[in-house]
Amino acid sequence: MKEQLQKDFDNIIKNLSLSQKDIEIKKFFLESFVNRGFPNRKEEDWKFSDLSQIIRKNIGELSFYTDYTSTNKVDTSVFVDGLEHNKIVFINGRIEKIDFDYEKKNQIEIIDHSEPIDRFNNNNSLSDLNNAFTNKSFKIVIKNGYKLTKPLIIYHTTNSNIWSKNINLRLNFELDKDSSLRLIDLFNDTSEKNFLNIFYNFDLKENAILKNYKLDRRENRNIKYSFNNIEQEKNSISETFILSSGSNFFKNEINVNLKGEYSSAFVNGIFSLNKRKHHEIRTIINHLTESTKSYQLIKSVLEDSSKAAYQGKIYVNSEAQKTDGYQLSKAILLDETTEFNAKPELEIYADDVKCSHGSASGSLNENSIFYLMTRGLNYKEAKELLINGFLLDVIEKITDREIKNLIKNMIGVKE
Amino acid sequence: MREKELEKLKDYKYGFSTDIENIKAPKGLNEEVIKFISNIKKEPKWMLDFRLKAFERFKQLKEPNWQKPKYPKIDYQDLYYYSAPKSMDDKPKSLDELDPKLLETYKKLGIPLQEQKRLNGIAVDAVFDSVSVATTFREELNKHGIIFCPISEAIQNHPELVKKYLGSVIPTTDHFFATLNSAVFTDGSFAYIPESVRCPMELSTYFRINASNTGQFERTLIIADKGSYVSYLEGCTAPMRDENQLHAANVELIALDDAEIKYSTVQNWYPGDKDGKGGIYNFVTKRGLCKGKNSKISWTQVETGSAITWKYPSCILRGDNSIGEFYSIAITNNHQKADTGTKMIHLGKNTKSKIISKGISAGFSDMTYRGLVDISPKAYNSNNYTQCDSLLMSNKCGAHTVPYIKNKNSNSNIAHEATTSKISEEQLHYCQQRGLNAEEAVSLIVNGFCKEVLQQLPMEFAVEAQKLVGISLEGSVG
Repeated sequence: MKEQLQKDFDNIIKNLSLSQKDIEIKKFFLESFVNRGFPNRKEEDWKFSDLSQIIRKNIGELSFYTDYTSTNKVDTSVFVDGLEHNKIVFINGRIEKIDFDYEKKNQIEIIDHSEPIDRFNNNNSLSDLNNAFTNKSFKIVIKNGYKLTKPLIIYHTTNSNIWSKNINLRLNFELDKDSSLRLIDLFNDTSEKNFLNIFYNFDLKENAILKNYKLDRRENRNIKYSFNNIEQEKNSISETFILSSGSNFFKNEINVNLKGEYSSAFVNGIFSLNKRKHHEIRTIINHLTESTKSYQLIKSVLEDSSKAAYQGKIYVNSEAQKTDGYQLSKAILLDETTEFNAKPELEIYADDVKCSHGSASGSLNENSIFYLMTRGLNYKEAKELLINGFLLDVIEKITDREIKNLIKNMIGVKE
Repeated sequence: MREKELEKLKDYKYGFSTDIENIKAPKGLNEEVIKFISNIKKEPKWMLDFRLKAFERFKQLKEPNWQKPKYPKIDYQDLYYYSAPKSMDDKPKSLDELDPKLLETYKKLGIPLQEQKRLNGIAVDAVFDSVSVATTFREELNKHGIIFCPISEAIQNHPELVKKYLGSVIPTTDHFFATLNSAVFTDGSFAYIPESVRCPMELSTYFRINASNTGQFERTLIIADKGSYVSYLEGCTAPMRDENQLHAANVELIALDDAEIKYSTVQNWYPGDKDGKGGIYNFVTKRGLCKGKNSKISWTQVETGSAITWKYPSCILRGDNSIGEFYSIAITNNHQKADTGTKMIHLGKNTKSKIISKGISAGFSDMTYRGLVDISPKAYNSNNYTQCDSLLMSNKCGAHTVPYIKNKNSNSNIAHEATTSKISEEQLHYCQQRGLNAEEAVSLIVNGFCKEVLQQLPMEFAVEAQKLVGISLEGSVG
C-alpha cells in the first residue's frame, strides 16, 4: 500500500497548484498516515469494526488518486422531488454544482480554502488520510441572523466510473449568531468497492440552530466513514439524525463540544440492516460548561448476518454542573446470524449532574406478535407493525415536519 | 511526632505492622527465585514446571496500560517474591504454640482465632504474608469430607485435584498479572467440597500483607463438586506504609453440575494517606467457571481500600442453565482510584446473569465501572440484567461507566441501565430535620443506596461492611 500511496500522492501534488507550505503540510499528514495505516481493532475506538480488515476483505488494494480534470454529467433523476431545496452535488468526490437558488445571495458566503483538520482532535489516522488527499474544500458561512428558507441537500453520488478508489471529502460550515441551517446528506451510490472518507466541521455561534440528516438508504457495496465535529456556543442547538442502512459498511462519528451555556445536542439514529452489512455509530458528547443538555436515541433492526455497533460517550467536565445527559440504545435481532454490540460510556467529573444511559437488545416479543395475531393479522404483518412502531419512535424525534415526512416516505414507515 | 503517628493510626484502623523476623527470597524475579519458592515449599516437579512455564510466558508479555487509573512503573526486579515469618520454620501443632505477636496482630484485626475456634463457627485460614498460619475447624470439615487448607498443603496432599483444576480457569497463558501470579504465587487457600455436600459453615480467609516491599501473590482455588454448596468469605487489610505495594492474587472457582459457590470479599487494604501517598495496588484476577449444568457462581464485593483497585471478578457460564451474579459496592475517597466491574461470558443455553454495581466517589477519587456482557451465538435463550449506579460526593471526583455489551444471539435479551447523580439537598435536609447530623445523614442515605448489595453478604460480614461504608466516607461531607 505504501508505494501506491506515494505514487498517488505525487500525482495529486503534480495536478494541484499548491503553495510550498501546503505541500509540506500534506506531506506531513501523508507520512503520519503511512505510519499508522488504516485503523484496526487494536484501537479501542475501532474495537467493533476493524476497518483495516474490512477494506482488505472487500476492496483489496485501494488507489488514492482520482483525475478531477474532467466534469461529470449531473444526473438530475436522483434529485429529491416534492421538496424545494438548495443543492450541493458531489459526483465521485468532485463538486459539480453548488446552488443556493432559494436564498439571499449576500447572506451566504462560500469560501474556497483548505485548512488542515488536525484541530478536530480526532485521534484516528483517517483524518491524516483526508488531510493528505483532499483536493478541494469549501467553507460555507451563514451570516448573522440569516435563516435558510429551504433545506440544503448535499448529494453524495458515485457512479460506475470508479472502483477501488479512496475518495476524501471535507466541508466546513460556520453558522453565525442567530442563523439556522437544515442540511440533508443524501447518499446515492451506483459504484462498488470504494472507500469514502468524509469530514464535516460545524461552528455554531450563539443561538444558531443546525439540523443535519444523514440518509444512507440506497443499497450499495461501498465502505464509508463520516465524521461530524460540532462546536456549540451559548444557546445553540444541534440535531443530528442518522439513517444507516444502504452501504456495505458505514461508520458515523459525531463529536459535539458543548462550550456555551444552555447549548444542547440531540443525536438520533436508526440502523436497518440486512445482507451481511456492518454499520457503526460512535458519538462523543463533551459537556464543557454549565447547564448543557444532550439526548441520544439509537434503534436497530438487524437481520440476515448483519452487524451493528453503537459506541456512545457522555463526557462531563468538572465545570459542567447541572448537566443533563441521556442516552438510550435498543436493538431487535431478527435472526440468529445477527450481532449487536454496544458500549455506552459515561465519564463524569462534576457532581450536580443528571446522567443516565440504557441499552437493551433482544428478539421481537413473541407475546406482542401473538396479541396482534389474535386480532387478525398474520405473522408477517404483525412483525412489520411492531418494527414499524419501534422505528417510528426515532423518526418522531425529528423536529422538522417537512423533512420528517420526506424520511417517512423514503423508508416506508407508516404512521 | 508521636501525635502525628497517632493521627495516622486513627485514619486507618489496621495501620500497624508487626515486628516478626521474616525469611525472604532474594530480591528480584528470575528462575532462581521461582526455584527457591518452589523448593522452600517442597513442591513436586510438575508444580515447578507449571511455574516456569508461566514465567516463560510472562517474559514475553507487556504490562497492560488501557486502564483508567495510571500508576508509576513498577520495577518487578525490586520486589521480594517470598516472605515468611521465621518462627514458622518448625510449624506449630496448635494455636497455642503460635508466636504471641502473630496472635496479637490478628486480635487487632478483629479475628481472634482462639475466640473463633470456640464460638464463632467460622473456619479461618489466615494468610499472614505468604504462609498460612493456622487453620481452624479442619476436623469439623473433615467429617463432611471437605478439604480446606493452604494451597501449598493441597499440592502435597491432594495433587490429583490441584493438577486437574489449577490453571483451568486462569491458564498460565493469561494476562500479565495473572501470569506473574502463576509463576510466583506463594500461598493461598484451597477448598474442595465433595459431591452433594452443603458446607456447614462459612469458609473464610484473612489476608494480610505485613513485610514491606513484598508483593503478595496468593492463589485461591475452590472446587464445588456436583450438587454441593459453599460460601466463602475473604477479608483484606494491610499495614500503613509510604511506598506502594503490589497485590496480584488469582482466584479460581469451579462449579460442577448443580453446585453453587458464593464468594464474598470485603477489601480494606491500606488506601494511602490523605494526599494519595502510599497504599496498595490491588490488581487481582478473579474468575469463576460454571462448568456443569444448573451451576451458580455469585460474587459479592465491598471495595473500600487500596490506592488502586483494578479487578473484574468474572463468570464463564459454560454449563446449560447456569447462573452468574455480581454484586459490588466500590467506595473511593481522597486520592483512591478504582477500575472495577465484571465479565459475564455466556456460552451455555438458558444461562442467566445479573450485575448490580454501586459506585461511590468522594474527595479527589476516581471510579470506573468497566464490564463485559458477551452472549455467544450458541447461548440460546440467555438473559442478562445490568444496573450500575454511581454517586458523586464532591466536584473534584469522577465517576465513569464503560460497559461492553455484545449480543450475538437473537433469542437472548440484554438490558443495561446506568445512572449518575449526587445526594439531593432535599434528602439531606429531610434527615437533618429529624435530628441527624450531616455525616449521619449521608451515611444513612449511602447505606440505603448500597442496600441491594449489602443484603447479599453473609450476616457477620454485612455488619462489618456497613460500618466500613460509614468509616470510608468520614470527612467527605461538607
